[in-house]
Amino acid sequence: MKIVTTAKRVPDTTDVKTDPKTGVLIRTGIPTIVNPDDLNALEAALQLRDEVGGDSTVETVTMGRDVTIIKVHELLGMGADHSVLLSDRCFGGADTLVCSRTLAAGIEKIGDYDLVITGHQAIDGDTAQVGPEIARRLGIPCVTCVIDIKLKDEKTIEVVRELDDGTETIEAPLPCLLTVNSKINTPRYMTINNIVESYNSEDELLSVWNHEEIGLDPTECGLKASPTQVVRTYSPAPKGAGEMLEGTVPQMAASLVGKLAEKHLIK
Amino acid sequence: MQLTDQQTLIQKLAKTFAERELTKEVLDKVEATAEFPKEIQQKMADVGFYGIKTPKEYGGAGADTVSYALVMKEIAYRSAVASIYVSSPNSLSGGPLLKNGTKEQKEKYLVPIVKGEKVLAFALTEPGAGSDAAGMSTVAIEDGDDYIITGRKTFITMAPFSDYAIVFAKTDPKAGTHGITAFIVDMKAEGVSTGKAEDKMGVIGCATSDIVLENVRVPKENILGKLNHGFGIAMATLDVGRVGVASQAVGVAQRALDEAVAYAKERKEFGTTISHFQGISFTIAEMAAKVHAAEVLLLDTCALMDTGARCSDKAAMTKLLATEWCNWVVDRAVQIFGGYGYMKDYIVERLYRDARVFSIYEGTSEVQKIVIANSLLRGK
Repeated sequence: MKIVTTAKRVPDTTDVKTDPKTGVLIRTGIPTIVNPDDLNALEAALQLRDEVGGDSTVETVTMGRDVTIIKVHELLGMGADHSVLLSDRCFGGADTLVCSRTLAAGIEKIGDYDLVITGHQAIDGDTAQVGPEIARRLGIPCVTCVIDIKLKDEKTIEVVRELDDGTETIEAPLPCLLTVNSKINTPRYMTINNIVESYNSEDELLSVWNHEEIGLDPTECGLKASPTQVVRTYSPAPKGAGEMLEGTVPQMAASLVGKLAEKHLIK
Repeated sequence: MQLTDQQTLIQKLAKTFAERELTKEVLDKVEATAEFPKEIQQKMADVGFYGIKTPKEYGGAGADTVSYALVMKEIAYRSAVASIYVSSPNSLSGGPLLKNGTKEQKEKYLVPIVKGEKVLAFALTEPGAGSDAAGMSTVAIEDGDDYIITGRKTFITMAPFSDYAIVFAKTDPKAGTHGITAFIVDMKAEGVSTGKAEDKMGVIGCATSDIVLENVRVPKENILGKLNHGFGIAMATLDVGRVGVASQAVGVAQRALDEAVAYAKERKEFGTTISHFQGISFTIAEMAAKVHAAEVLLLDTCALMDTGARCSDKAAMTKLLATEWCNWVVDRAVQIFGGYGYMKDYIVERLYRDARVFSIYEGTSEVQKIVIANSLLRGK
């Protein structure tokens, strides 16, 4: 079984601050990480690979500049069998539509895949669009919000989807694409052995492909090919402090009802 | 020193592992029970912490000394005792096997300790022979295809739960340092027993005890290295061990500094946080300078070792300064915490106790000075 996962390098937004004057993210000095959902995607793939055994493999695809390469080694450090970095000046500034085109071209070049697993969304953009877009471009079914995966037979997979009001168990034919988030598993640690191996055997384990190698024209890539235009980004104005009610429960309830009625929220 | 990407990732792994696994809850239990969880030991082996420098053919990762120091530092930052479990298979017990063992010995003993399946102890010190290791009284007498060992080893880390021990014994008592041999002893062999686990000041959770050998029969194939070459093996092992202890010291000192900084910014006396008092802020500045200097020295010595250069003197300097400074830093951290620092509820109390052994084990500070002075004054 050949499983392909995607992974993105993102700023660690748990540490991110916005400039209160301009409302823009302060990116300087912010550490970067592999997008958390993408690590769940890789973990899901590794578990499935180990369960199926045989000559099953996990490959990863990442887009990014050369500074991204250490993140790709992290994926190999966790146990991916082979990783691809799609890196080309013309890939820069891509929106989700163009990003998915580029990633899909990389996955097509890898070829012969049985399953593609992507993270649900990236913590920098939060669009959750790229996974389903890749599926569409590859012409394979897409199942989002997957929290459990079972291989039924060589051609069918059974997955559990998380919905707002419960779960849904469905079957999908292979190949297909699944998107997953942190609920599906806990990503394993890297191992020192894998990290060292990923550098010692970099030539065999890691490929860097440019636009020509994945058969794309520069006009189809990057910012210029992206229809999305960001007009403005801003932080919503902070809300005022909440008001704490005091007194006994009946007193607080009466006070609350009064305030809600005052604002015409209840009659 | 700029770390390579590979070293950066290894450090990241160690840091993440320590944050997630070595939680306050786990460590409080270790202190209370003096037992370190087996699951965490196995997890440490599984991610490769037990064979950092060990070559791939023996189950290790084949990384470098810098990586070893980084892992030790990050683990010790959370738990000094956890770092002893990492140190042993890489250094004191795994080191001499890797350097002097035959292929068969490495496969039989080294591979399982790297995988975390077996534990090997290093038994050099005796009740009457500490720094003067050559003054040992344990003897091994040839008897056909075997040697018969009799003697007592003391303060042996992990002895109570070891599967094997590297035991140093006199095979030619008149020859001094040239009459000592290293043997791999099965701890289940007849005549081997361990004393009760010592009640230690710090690094609680890794039992230390005597190993008593009464007419223990050891086959000649269990000689490690050459007959009568054991003293050199012991000294070479301690050479590498020094940077391991220095890494522990840097980790613990960094933790004490971070704790002191956070506390000074939060604790109020005389109407302001104590960070505003020069008595506190200057102390913190000096703590930070020592921690940084120790770390730079450590990484530089490790990088030098990775080039294959002989650097006994540099390793001794690194252990001497890193461990002495660490003791000063943890002492000041307790002082900054005041009465709270004396209470077991605060981590600086543990750091203070854990640090104390660093300038004692694997060669006291005084022995480090002998090594350094000899390299300068006696042309050794």
